[in-house]
Amino acid sequence: MTLFYHFCFYLFGLVAVASACVFVTRKSPVAAALWLVNVLFCIAALFVLLDAQFIGAIQVLVYAGAIMVVFLFVIMLLNLGEPARIADARGTLWYIGAGGLAIVVLAAMMVRLPHPLPIETFRIAADSLVTEARATGAVAPVAVPLFTEYLLAFEVTSVLLLAAVVGAVVLGRKRNESDAGPASQPGTAGTGTAAHAR
Amino acid sequence: MLADALFFSAVLFAIGVVGVLTRRNAIIIFMSVELMLNAVNLTFVAFAQVYGYAGQVFVVFVMTVAAAEAAVGLAIIISIFRHRHTVNLTDINLLKG
Repeated sequence: MTLFYHFCFYLFGLVAVASACVFVTRKSPVAAALWLVNVLFCIAALFVLLDAQFIGAIQVLVYAGAIMVVFLFVIMLLNLGEPARIADARGTLWYIGAGGLAIVVLAAMMVRLPHPLPIETFRIAADSLVTEARATGAVAPVAVPLFTEYLLAFEVTSVLLLAAVVGAVVLGRKRNESDAGPASQPGTAGTGTAAHAR
Repeated sequence: MLADALFFSAVLFAIGVVGVLTRRNAIIIFMSVELMLNAVNLTFVAFAQVYGYAGQVFVVFVMTVAAAEAAVGLAIIISIFRHRHTVNLTDINLLKG
């Protein structure tokens, strides 16, 4: 491992952590979303540095490119940028509790066990990922187990995506036409549900 | 590098936990959940460097589930906003006794 490698690794890691800190403290949702995009790019760089080039590429394409665009689209669709609505942080007690819980979570994850990685039998040879990627390209070593060893999980994932598409369409559509059936009086359907919700 | 990657992953996960607990905007809480998922993905990739490509395959599954979760969750948020005209979670207290 060269010095440049270590420098890049710590640079992207520290930028990711700093951007995440900025992300959770921004008041405007748009600014928070853009800082989260910065975090995701840094994590993609860490993926590449950890010999996962294909995962880094789809991290940029899927997460930073698709999911965060959907988030920004919804933020702007709901028009949440107004100053009256964006001061949403909880009280001081919540901050203290959340900080304490975060410290506890960090401490629990960082307690060094005497044998931190006990499953030594599954350990692969050092740099075998690099040699395999050089031999077959970066995509094939991920794709081959995805379509052979984990084929059932892959098919279940397709069913999950179908369910998510159907659910999103059902939840997201306007239901004025279906709600204003023969049982409800015309013209009062929207205000009736709003008053009932309060 | 494995220990350093796990360190960054743990810190990012903890920041995500803090975001979920301290914010009241449903969309920002949702984005904090995405940050926690990404921290776990970083752990998977770091262990894939030691234990082989299964970790990277699992990251693909996690990303798929995250995309599906984002679609359904944002649809739920839009549906709530249409009824209550807010995404502030302290104002959505219909089930509070």
